[in-house]
Amino acid sequence: MIDLSVNIAGLIFKNPVTTASGTFGYGDEFRDFIDLGQLGGVFVKAVTGKNRDGNAYPRMSETPSGMLNSVGLQNRGVDYFCREIYPKIKDFNTNVIVNVSGSTLEEYVEVAGRINELAKIPAIELNISCPNVKLGGMAFGTVPSMAADVTSAVRKVYKKVLMVKLSPNVTSIAEIAKAVVDGGADVITLINTLLGMAIDAEQRRPVLSTITGGLSGPAIKPVALRMVWQVHKAVPVPIIGLGGIMNATDAIEFFLAGATAIQVGTANFIDPQVSVKIVAGIEEYLVRHHLDSVNSLIGALRTD
Amino acid sequence: MDVRKLVQDLHVVKNIRLNDRHFLLELVAPETFPMLLPGQFVQALVKDSPSTFLRRPFSIHSVDYVNNTLRLLIQLKGAGTHHLSLLREGEPLNLIYPLGNSFSFPQTNDVLLIGGGCGVAPLLFLSQFLRQQHQIHPTMLLGFKTKEEVTEIEEYSRFGNVHVITDDGTEGEKGLVVDHSLIRDGINQFKKIYACGPEPMLRAIAKIAGIHHIDCEVSLENTMACGFGVCLCCVTATQTGNERVCVEGPVFNTRKLKWN
Ligand SMILES: Cc1cc2nc3c(=O)[nH]c(=O)nc-3n(C[C@H](O)[C@H](O)[C@H](O)COP(=O)(O)OP(=O)(O)OC[C@H]3O[C@@H](n4cnc5c(N)ncnc54)[C@H](O)[C@@H]3O)c2cc1C
Ligand SMILES: Cc1cc2nc3c(=O)[nH]c(=O)nc-3n(C[C@H](O)[C@H](O)[C@H](O)COP(=O)(O)O)c2cc1C
Ligand code: FES
Repeated sequence: MIDLSVNIAGLIFKNPVTTASGTFGYGDEFRDFIDLGQLGGVFVKAVTGKNRDGNAYPRMSETPSGMLNSVGLQNRGVDYFCREIYPKIKDFNTNVIVNVSGSTLEEYVEVAGRINELAKIPAIELNISCPNVKLGGMAFGTVPSMAADVTSAVRKVYKKVLMVKLSPNVTSIAEIAKAVVDGGADVITLINTLLGMAIDAEQRRPVLSTITGGLSGPAIKPVALRMVWQVHKAVPVPIIGLGGIMNATDAIEFFLAGATAIQVGTANFIDPQVSVKIVAGIEEYLVRHHLDSVNSLIGALRTD
Repeated sequence: MDVRKLVQDLHVVKNIRLNDRHFLLELVAPETFPMLLPGQFVQALVKDSPSTFLRRPFSIHSVDYVNNTLRLLIQLKGAGTHHLSLLREGEPLNLIYPLGNSFSFPQTNDVLLIGGGCGVAPLLFLSQFLRQQHQIHPTMLLGFKTKEEVTEIEEYSRFGNVHVITDDGTEGEKGLVVDHSLIRDGINQFKKIYACGPEPMLRAIAKIAGIHHIDCEVSLENTMACGFGVCLCCVTATQTGNERVCVEGPVFNTRKLKWN
């Protein structure tokens, strides 16, 4: 009997395949394509304190093996989320996890506190790639002390599983990982998008209205694997890995590097059914390798 | 109306080269079509083109419910459309469809359809729909670059009166669609305008419609990543905030847009 389930900080996922925040809407949008109950979990898109209209169009540029986006956390704010969205998603037959974002420490704390009251949300994922407006726009996740501060402030108000999603735009990912674990993170998710830029040579203009944006897709997979590996060696908490996962083989690579579960992001845009195909592909891999559980793959990279 | 979206392999029945820059793909579906509406689009998966990472959106050009076929009218732009132009009879093409809202149904018979460039694509389906479902005989103004690109006029003519304008005057009147006499001298005979084409053209039409108090709907072609509402990359600014061109659009009433 093959066991696809994983235990992440006490929370059971029926399989290790989940979907990445910002690439899966609120999940509802995918019900024409897949049975959400076949996934380990869904990470719904970022929720902030107040309504945010996001950045101006254009917000997207296709790049070699990937894309840049500068959506800018467009969402209707935490009140709207609790009132209008939560009732629609709370009974999905899978773990529904909310991505919490903010532009001040207080905003993170406020949103996390509100989500803490929602009985059917078993965990939050703190998106610390956001710029801190009070500290000159430097992203929370790029300075260890800021990353630790926001984590510990949220830890005080959030009683369930606390996941922190790291930004890859740092010199030492291990240092940031240690800082958020010291701050009270139960789980680390990585990676968020890599800062990048696209230029229209004919127009001599940037493609994105914001000039720079976040790179995702297969182009970033090698960076993501490297960072999962480094964090796996640096801290004892479970890791949810992502970055450019397009198929089951990519997912297996993340388990070997040290991830306990994975998220599928940009790949959802190209094939909205890819997440359930990855579940099937992982099972097929386990059979082929005579393994009875994904747990035996986690961090099992042979380096001798 | 909530029609279930499909991810489906359709197969090429015909790939017809119209001229240097345009071709028609006729595709047959494996099962009966769901209800398809004019203005809706598909997201096509381009295989074997390494530089084409995302799907490519195309409007539904025409639909044949009897044979379960639909047509796309495609302008060659870059690698993605080039690869689609190479598809041969019998080959599969994976689509996500039907996507987006649709043109609304007019409360009047005095309807003008305006298309420029590959913006003519949804207008054949729209004129077919207006004629067959609503017994409306629309007037159409179609703008092309030059004579060689003026195609399928007989098709449009089955459903309404067609006027042509070319940039270089090699067929019909000369200039951009907004230079046509129908717009300069005859615009007041219309109570509703539907337009699709490059954004500068749509803005110019919206302005004229505004001046003459004519209700106007435009179909936008913002760049898209998903096409089904989850990435928020395709938004346009509206009176009620940023809205998704792939879900709340691609068709918007110009009163709703923040174009002034
Ligand atoms: C809702 C919608 C409906 C559309 N309907 C049709 C249609 O019926 N027929 C048709 O021929 N085209 C249509 N388009 C445009 C079509 O999707 C693009 O031309 C196509 O994606 C280009 O792909 P490519 O790989 O060949 O070119 P790329 O290599 O991606 O691009 C080549 C050039 O085309 C430009 N381009 C790319 N995407 C767009 C876009 N969305 N709008 C304007 N310029 C773009 C790029 O900036 C670049 O300069 C539609 C677009 C949308 C959003
Ligand atoms: C359009 C888009 C929107 C995103 N929005 C969010 C977000 O709101 N919060 C967040 O933590 N990450 C967001 N991300 C980052 C993804 O969750 C993911 O970390 C990143 O895309 C890398 O994974 P991938 O290569 O599989 O897409 C977004 C990514 C994309 C492409
Ligand atoms: S293209 Fe993704 S939301 Fe419209």
